[in-house]
Amino acid sequence: MTKKEWPLWEIFIRGQHGLNHRHVGSLHAPDAEMAIKNARDVYTRRKEGVSIWVVPSSAITASAPSEKGPLFDPAESKVYRHPTFFDIPDEVGHM
Amino acid sequence: MPSLPNAATPDVARLAERAAAAQSHDPHVADVALKPAFFDWLCRMGDNSLILGHRISEWCGHGPVLEEDIALANTALDLIGHTQMWLGLAAEVEDAGRSADELAFLRDAMKFRNLKLVELPNGDMAVTLMREFLFDAFHFELLTALTKSSSPRVAEIAAKALKEVSYHLERSSDLVVRLGDGTEESHNRMQAALNKVWGYTGEMFAADAVDEAVAEAGIAPALADLLPLWQRTVGEVLDEATLSQPEQRFDAQTGGKQGRHTEHLGYIVAEMQFLQRAYPGASW
Repeated sequence: MTKKEWPLWEIFIRGQHGLNHRHVGSLHAPDAEMAIKNARDVYTRRKEGVSIWVVPSSAITASAPSEKGPLFDPAESKVYRHPTFFDIPDEVGHM
Repeated sequence: MPSLPNAATPDVARLAERAAAAQSHDPHVADVALKPAFFDWLCRMGDNSLILGHRISEWCGHGPVLEEDIALANTALDLIGHTQMWLGLAAEVEDAGRSADELAFLRDAMKFRNLKLVELPNGDMAVTLMREFLFDAFHFELLTALTKSSSPRVAEIAAKALKEVSYHLERSSDLVVRLGDGTEESHNRMQAALNKVWGYTGEMFAADAVDEAVAEAGIAPALADLLPLWQRTVGEVLDEATLSQPEQRFDAQTGGKQGRHTEHLGYIVAEMQFLQRAYPGASW
């Protein structure tokens, strides 16, 4: 017997104004509107957020773990790619 | 990981006391002539949210899906939070040395002043949601009117509770529409639930001497004024949900507000009060 499951949604919450939405987890819901309501109840009950995004998990394309080597290894030991040689003025704030 | 309901805030009583001490002055609180009615009315407010909150909390760990389980637990906790405020003020008005906790955990069933509607067993999800929706639609209009109460303390509690109850109503009406206008089975279950609880809804609008006294004092609205507002919301949502309003009288079952309850309340009170009865004064 196949049980009809609600589709899975990935949930992104913006913790405070000015910050990015961050992935916090996933949940099941019949549609986007209910996904937002469920996300409100599951992920923001301790006042964690000011904004919620929901994305169908099926809409996400992920990199394949087997291609880890070619994708990420070449970036190893290239310290000059880190912008750590600049002093950021205080008035710039969060970057 | 989703966060779990945080039912154990250890210092909540102390926080409530401190909040109460910082409240604004309210002449109604010390009005001796008004006291019996005001106290009774506050118990009605507190007992409705206490008993409905307890009923909804019974779903905790038994919800059909994790998301719904958490949403119901949140609603239950909101309602218990309102209870703390209403019974806290009731205790202050009574001025007999009883606390909100003592009112909740050491009063006998016949002293409870909640509507019969909220003490009905949960049944299936359809009954739980339909009952919540019909109460939410009333609760929302009542609290909206109470934000303009002549009692600043009542208005403050109402304003705080209204934000949560607005969400309760949004959520429950949404689910009533989805399930009513869903599959054949969900539609039939929702219609059966509506038929089952309909006769208990009229009690919300049946005013007695207590309601009239607090309305007279400007503390609460006349319940009859809320009826057309409730009927409009309920009519619209049921239409959208393709459910039909039962033909039977909606005020067939009354008396809860005066302490004449169904046989179900005794069981709730027994379970809720067991710990304080068995271990008097036990605390976190």
